[in-house]
Amino acid sequence: MISEIKMERLDENRLLIPKSGGMKVPGIIYANENIQHLLKSDESARQVVNVAQLPGIVNYSLAMPDVHWGYGFPIGGVAAFDLSTGVVSPGGVGYDINCGCRLMATKLTLFDVQNKIQDLTLALYDRIPTGVGSTGHVKLAGKDQKKVLIEGANWAIVNGFGSPEDLETTEDGGVMAGADPEKVSARALERGKQQLGTLGAGNHFLEVEFVQEIFDEKVAAAFGLQKDQIVVMIHTGSRGLGYQICDDYLAAMVKHAHETGIALPDRQLACAYLNSPRGRDYLAAMACGANYAWANRQVLMHLTREVFEKTLHLTPRQLGMRLVYDVCHNIAKIEEFNIKGVNKKLCVHRKGATRAFPAGHESVPVRYRGVGQPVLIPGNMGTGSYVMVGQPRAMEETFGSACHGAGRVMSRAQAVRSSRGRSISREMADRGVVVMAGSKGTLGEEMPEAYKKLEDVVQVMHESGIAKKVAKLTALACIKG
Amino acid sequence: MKKYKLIDHTADIGCEIYGSTRKELFANSVVALLELMLGRKTISRTNENPALETKSLTVEGDDLEDLFINFLREVLYLFNGEGWVVVDCHPLQVTNKHITAQLTGEPYISTKHQVKMEIKAVTYHGLSVKKTKTGWVGRVIYDI
Repeated sequence: MISEIKMERLDENRLLIPKSGGMKVPGIIYANENIQHLLKSDESARQVVNVAQLPGIVNYSLAMPDVHWGYGFPIGGVAAFDLSTGVVSPGGVGYDINCGCRLMATKLTLFDVQNKIQDLTLALYDRIPTGVGSTGHVKLAGKDQKKVLIEGANWAIVNGFGSPEDLETTEDGGVMAGADPEKVSARALERGKQQLGTLGAGNHFLEVEFVQEIFDEKVAAAFGLQKDQIVVMIHTGSRGLGYQICDDYLAAMVKHAHETGIALPDRQLACAYLNSPRGRDYLAAMACGANYAWANRQVLMHLTREVFEKTLHLTPRQLGMRLVYDVCHNIAKIEEFNIKGVNKKLCVHRKGATRAFPAGHESVPVRYRGVGQPVLIPGNMGTGSYVMVGQPRAMEETFGSACHGAGRVMSRAQAVRSSRGRSISREMADRGVVVMAGSKGTLGEEMPEAYKKLEDVVQVMHESGIAKKVAKLTALACIKG
Repeated sequence: MKKYKLIDHTADIGCEIYGSTRKELFANSVVALLELMLGRKTISRTNENPALETKSLTVEGDDLEDLFINFLREVLYLFNGEGWVVVDCHPLQVTNKHITAQLTGEPYISTKHQVKMEIKAVTYHGLSVKKTKTGWVGRVIYDI
């Protein structure tokens, strides 16, 4: 429990866990008083301490303000490892490899869709496969599947699901280098065959939102966002293919844990040295999962575009749906940072954390390079989402990372218990949000009170200078598994 | 004896499983997993569906905990990867490193089986299998 872990307040928005015991570096949690209070009821601070014990970790074991108890790494955890002495941990990426968010803007305003939201939601729910084991419209034969795993979002573009300009505003152009399908198990490949273009279940969703408030006019203009504009947020990842890759490699790393001689405070932290064959194999397989997820979100965007055009009787030009940005928030990436005056390549794990590179960074799309990378922070149903922009401080303090969502405060079981007897979809409708979900259980688990206040989480990032608020989006409709 | 109970975990879901013998612990762990994922009433009973299929499942592990998680990973894969719902599990032989079980099951049909929750994976976090005065207790956290 957290009471055992000594924490010092560094400033209004940061807590320090001093180095002790087996910790190789200190821990830092981005949290104001409200968030610190919530930390008391879970094990996430212990998990920050556990991650700090892994070999080759650089500077700090970090947690973003949406931190909550995960398995192995905390959710909201960020940790960077030295390429020669450090490790890669499949649990530090998560089962849903390249789970992420995609925000699309349209030329429509709130006025244009009034009275049509119900129809639009029904049509989206009808067209977009959701739910456990949902299968998609795209059936992949062996050769094509390997192409998806190597080419990522570009495969979708070449096959008619979008336009090349979508790639410009996808993190890393929608493709991770080094993907090797030979490193992916037959089971993972099998699971991936029928799930491209599917949303999945749990906390994955597609939301129609409008821009409620602009905080930074200049950056919003650069992102092409304006007040009352209709936008769409998609949250999903690599589906069964990614889960299976993580499961396969995690089990192998647990089985061979003795080979590395690394003392693990939690088996879920099983890892391999980055320069070992097993570490390299995992990265090559993980890249396949990441590429599949980018292709998945690209196909989903295309389906969404078609539904909007058909339901609202609009031409592509009238609708003008374009990609604002696509970020991944479960990933390990080789990126360069300045460590004590020297530029070093590190393997940055973001387990429920978003890349947040500032203006001028070469990985920021050219059209946003003057302002910085868009950071997409989906909230829970009903409270909407935030668009932020990466700031220079992120490069100094968080390996270019920010939060990824509101972060749960209530366990799913608690949420289902306390939603019993209530109609969550009716409550959402009363707030003006049309919700369609495959199961009542999902709605209960995902009810708004199950999450931290998004405003608190976003404010901590904003005040710390890690990412700056650009716009607030409010939900109109949500479809879930 | 209660077969299992749920443990609260913020992001995911935990389960504590009981059995008077190791065999019973493994059999009950399958009941717990399937009942978490699917509506109990929508899963066929062994005596009502003559078309049920049987499969033999053999799993190895380095120790009892490793065996326990590997076994659950296989049962979960049967559902997630092969679309096969385990209706009944009879462990035939269980040691600390090896299990052979006879499984009875049916293909998953979306209109018949009510899905309550997607379980992505069985995690190693907080995994334990312990002998108690009255039998065995296993703890496991699922990623959902």
